[in-house]
Amino acid sequence: MLFRYRGGEGMLAWAFHRVSGIAIWAFIILHVVDIYLVGGDPKAYDDILAIYASPIGRVGEVLLGAALLYHALNGLRILIIDLWPAMTKHHRALWYASWVIFVAVFIPGALIILMPVLRPALGL
Amino acid sequence: MISIDPRTRGRARPRGSGLELFAWYAMRVTGVALFVLALAHFAIIHFVFDVEGQTAEWIAQQRWNQLLWRAFDWALLMMVLFHSFMGMRTVLADYMRSPRARMIALTVLGVTALFLVVIGTAVVMTLPVPGAG
Repeated sequence: MLFRYRGGEGMLAWAFHRVSGIAIWAFIILHVVDIYLVGGDPKAYDDILAIYASPIGRVGEVLLGAALLYHALNGLRILIIDLWPAMTKHHRALWYASWVIFVAVFIPGALIILMPVLRPALGL
Repeated sequence: MISIDPRTRGRARPRGSGLELFAWYAMRVTGVALFVLALAHFAIIHFVFDVEGQTAEWIAQQRWNQLLWRAFDWALLMMVLFHSFMGMRTVLADYMRSPRARMIALTVLGVTALFLVVIGTAVVMTLPVPGAG
């Protein structure tokens, strides 16, 4: 159902928006609970932090950042079309423009998050 | 009914007035707020600092030692809980056909959201500032 209906860029934009939104929602639940532990049980919070700071945790944060960035940029595209209906005929151009911005922000961002893992792996 | 125009945009704006129209606008207003708040929060946590050093003590001593950053994170919390749980409401309404199952799922969703509002607000408002009173 997610990918077979109608097809095309608009359909993909919608499917990615939905999948990224659900992923962010799930992380929000985890994140509010873990921050609650900063006051409720600081030791337990620090144990969870060790997982976030591990190599697998960092890969998870890169994926979270990708979901967040995509959802934010595509949300902006939706808003532009809602506020300015004439832009509907340029919705494909807007979708490709959002990917240009995505790549420009995502690649340096991912490198920064992964640097503590990459540096020893590359012998730097 | 909740519906999507998948070719171009998000949900079509509900006709008339009332709660659904309010929800439609509220998703867009909170979305714009989150574009700034959530991306800034992510950049601070992951680009300005590194996750490694962000222990419970660091949060109490550094990150939340000013009202500004507590207010920032609390505003983000309110916006994101509203936006994400209202979004999940749309998702559930799209896939759940049985009115009874949908009612149960929406109730669980609403109770979960309220619970997170309470515990999130509690920690951001009550975590002691070191050296205060």
